[in-house]
Amino acid sequence: MRAFINAPSHREVIFTRSATEAINLIAYSWGLDNLGPGDVVVITELEHHANFVPWQFIAKRTGAQFAHIPIDDYGELQLDALDEIATRGNIKVVANNLVSNTLGTINPVEKLAAWAHEHGAIMVVDAAQAAPHRHIDVQALGCDFLAFSSHKLCGPSGAGALWGRRELLEEMQPFNLGGEMIRSVALERTSWNELPYKFEAGTPAIAEAYGFGQAIDYVSAVGLDAIEAHEHELVVQAMDALGELPGVRIFGPPADRRTGIVSFEVEGIHPHDVAQILNWEGVAVRAGHHCTQPLMTRLGVAATTRASFYLYSIPEEVERLVEGIKKVQATFS
Amino acid sequence: MDDLYREVILDHYKSPRGHGLIDDADAQAEGQNPLCGDEVTISVKFAADGETIASVGFEGRGCAISQAATSMLTELVQGRKATEVASLPREALLDEIGIPLTPIRLKCAILGLGVLKVALHKAKGTPLPEEWQGMGGDDLTFG
Repeated sequence: MRAFINAPSHREVIFTRSATEAINLIAYSWGLDNLGPGDVVVITELEHHANFVPWQFIAKRTGAQFAHIPIDDYGELQLDALDEIATRGNIKVVANNLVSNTLGTINPVEKLAAWAHEHGAIMVVDAAQAAPHRHIDVQALGCDFLAFSSHKLCGPSGAGALWGRRELLEEMQPFNLGGEMIRSVALERTSWNELPYKFEAGTPAIAEAYGFGQAIDYVSAVGLDAIEAHEHELVVQAMDALGELPGVRIFGPPADRRTGIVSFEVEGIHPHDVAQILNWEGVAVRAGHHCTQPLMTRLGVAATTRASFYLYSIPEEVERLVEGIKKVQATFS
Repeated sequence: MDDLYREVILDHYKSPRGHGLIDDADAQAEGQNPLCGDEVTISVKFAADGETIASVGFEGRGCAISQAATSMLTELVQGRKATEVASLPREALLDEIGIPLTPIRLKCAILGLGVLKVALHKAKGTPLPEEWQGMGGDDLTFG
């Protein structure tokens, strides 16, 4: 786990139930004690709700401002908005996903981390959508916290991980309290266990954590560079083919600036209807807002249809997707 | 398996019955299916007895199932009494739709019926069992 993200120490890696829980841990444990009026929490317009709602909530609880970095029409962050955001108050947190789960956009986290540190803020990275698809190096990213989850990288659900800088983790109050996270308990006072146990209260999901480790070994053995290259070929194929279909609009950046995700709409047909018919054609896609409602608002749609590729996807499946979309259009014509 | 989009559903989707809201409606409600973004607003005009549904109209947007099911609903409830519709089980509408639905699509299918029950509850005080509550768009924002 430590090696997978190139963390300096295994003590900085905390097992959680999910990436969501990992981000809530930071928002509560770090946010409640470090945010207040005059402070600014910065998120982006393409965050997953898991890295959006906790910050919105904690900002409101503490009286901090909640600012967002807008995206352009390609679904890429408009970094020129940062100067204006910096004038709003003390920048304390910048939270961003390394890869957008809806558009596949690879975000400039290194730049954001540098900007955050320039302003004395911490950089929180949601890597749930990135970890299965590309190498993660927390030291190269220059972030302060990074969350990811097991179920998106071939592992079981119910397991996630949080990496955090040791000095920050040591200063923070615990999130969940109970067994395992204590050093000693008495009627008068309780002291906390060392890292990472201080943040691992209660019986862990033992089987899931083991499966998480096996999944990481498996994905690492296949090789993240190979996975990334494979997905890229499929994305290029899919974007080329879908781009030629009349009435199909692809969201997000060009293929070389995204991972293995193609989100699209079929003109005049609700994504759920698209997905239903594709499902019968043997093509599994996700339809909905993908837990990114602010992004849907920005794109001007209620939902999108999303094709996701991974190490098991093959070119024939892209062809079936294209044929399936033609079938959808024929059904509704 | 193309049953779901068999002609009758596509026909209702493309040419919805009861489409358009009633100007001087006696009852009206709107609701959303937050998972899909489906939206439906339903308005009702009662007959002189104040109980019988004389006409029912809707507006909405969303997937074919949600909109076609609401269109079918307007035909189903026309001429029925408010109390009767308030206790109308979802199966009555699902039988009309006539094809198996997954749990997620089921919510699309019964959105209109739930909204109609809310409208009747607001206008006539008809019972609104728990399973139908929360479809009236309760605002659960914080802060």
